Amino acid sequence: MTAQNITMQEKDMSRVHARQRVMKIAVQVGLYAFLGIMALIVIFPFYFMLISSVKSMDEYRQTVQTLWPRDIILHNYVDAFKTANLGTLFLNTMYVGVVSTILSLVITVLSAFAFARLEFKGRDAMFAALLATMMIPGELFTITNYATISAFEWKNTYTVLIVPFLVSVFYIYLLRQNFLQIPNELYLAAKVDGTSDLKYLWKVMIPLSLPTLISITILKMMGAWNSYVWPRLVANDEAHRMITNGLRNAFTDSTGDVNIPVQMAAVALVSTPLFLVFIFLRKYIMKGVSRSGIKG
Amino acid sequence: MVESKHPWKAWIYLAPAIVLLLIFTVWPIVNTLRMAFLENYNIMAATVPGVTFNVGLGNFQQVIQYGGFLTCLGNTMLICFLTVPISTFLALIIAVCLNAIRPLQRMLQTIFFLPYVTNSIAIGMVFAAMFNMIGNNFGGEGELLITAGIINNIIGIFGVEPINWINVGSSYAANVFVMVVYIVWNALPFKILILLGGLQSVNKQYYDAAKVDGTSRVRTFWRITVPLLSPMIAYVVITGFIGGFKEYSSIVGIFGEDMGPTGDPRRLNTMVGFIYDALANHQGRASAAALILFGIIFVVTMINLWVSKKKTHY
Repeated sequence: MTAQNITMQEKDMSRVHARQRVMKIAVQVGLYAFLGIMALIVIFPFYFMLISSVKSMDEYRQTVQTLWPRDIILHNYVDAFKTANLGTLFLNTMYVGVVSTILSLVITVLSAFAFARLEFKGRDAMFAALLATMMIPGELFTITNYATISAFEWKNTYTVLIVPFLVSVFYIYLLRQNFLQIPNELYLAAKVDGTSDLKYLWKVMIPLSLPTLISITILKMMGAWNSYVWPRLVANDEAHRMITNGLRNAFTDSTGDVNIPVQMAAVALVSTPLFLVFIFLRKYIMKGVSRSGIKG
Repeated sequence: MVESKHPWKAWIYLAPAIVLLLIFTVWPIVNTLRMAFLENYNIMAATVPGVTFNVGLGNFQQVIQYGGFLTCLGNTMLICFLTVPISTFLALIIAVCLNAIRPLQRMLQTIFFLPYVTNSIAIGMVFAAMFNMIGNNFGGEGELLITAGIINNIIGIFGVEPINWINVGSSYAANVFVMVVYIVWNALPFKILILLGGLQSVNKQYYDAAKVDGTSRVRTFWRITVPLLSPMIAYVVITGFIGGFKEYSSIVGIFGEDMGPTGDPRRLNTMVGFIYDALANHQGRASAAALILFGIIFVVTMINLWVSKKKTHY
């Protein structure tokens, strides 16, 4: 090959490279443009909620809506808090959420331990049967559970909001898988040392599976915050009403004349705790979610 | 596994779970089957001594003949067959794009996950406000004030006439559109999360090989990305269908408990809504509807599994 030929080739190559670089930049610009537009669409409802929540009624009623409020009226939030009685709803929901999370964790840990570490007859068959119940839609249980709790006279109590959902087969499954990853040698060593099962569970298993337990806690709390159908069915009295239910009820007006800015302020107040949890505990939520496929 | 000296110990650990499961899971399964096949069963009547119910398929017949049921079934099917393909395809495109960028990837990922951590009733109310044509019915003294609403403002920029989306007199198609937009918006985060997770674990060698061969991007997408992701796609499609058949609270969020625009309640009712309507007074009918729902979910899941087994490349 002559020297001339080589420089020709190099020139060709650099031209090809330049074209590839231009293509690459164009593709990247396209990607960012698409993702940017999609992100705007996804985020727009939140933006709309926030700007509407601080508008005056007059401004909100304009034929062409403003994209930035002229006057920021924070008093809407005070009105929202009062109209929807959010204080009581918040306390009720927190109470139900905290108590049911704690009890649920205890039950889940004990069951997962039995399924992961203890030997007993019919263990695997029972575990398989439990997993099979996950396929059944929850509504099928609701019909009978509604009758059961009526017979127990649990209507309009905290018990009815907590007890029926304490056992989650999915959480037991999740934690059992985690427990199984802990080497059995640790358990045997603890047995040789004469450590009791409960002490071993508390000192070794629980600290080692803390991330899973945190995921369960968050999902359970979010579940309480977002639960709607069951609470409306069984505890729709003033004293036990939960937050989602209360929010929906507070702004269902027969005249259709709803103060939307105040309504949006209430929605923002109800959404805020969820966002805070999301910002600080994102890792655990995503981990729990990617394995569950269920919402809350 | 350790041979325990005390096999009964395991049962003590399991006792709380077993007791609760027997009452709130096992008994409901048995009881639903029982109630579904006792004609016209309802709990109030059952407490009266001497009352008996015929065993038969009467409840199922009632469910199917009951006018509202076909509406519910139709709406539910429509939700499934519109939202699952749309949201899966959009999520796939977004996940592939997210996977192809470096700067801002985490920030965009967080934005796309935001709708997941929301309350479906609360944000449904936001969507209702956005699509609301009559921002507020009354202006001054008895004066009817018609405003366009933000979505109508936006489509107005493109020269589209305002549409009555969800208010009195709105069309069924417009209602369904709003419902589909909201459900897709809600379903995207989970699907993006799963698909992006799948993409990040795909072996880069396949792409390098395609690059060497000079394969086009579109071809790479259909011939490499989609087959490699097929287990995750199958997973999000199946969970999407199950979620779609159980759809209820998104619609309550937008349309309220009437499950329809003012003046036409129950127009957008779903299978789950049908069960809840019958729950308090007609437990036999509700049970039959729940079994039908379970049957549909079971069949659709099996079909999905069967298709994905044929089409999935591991």
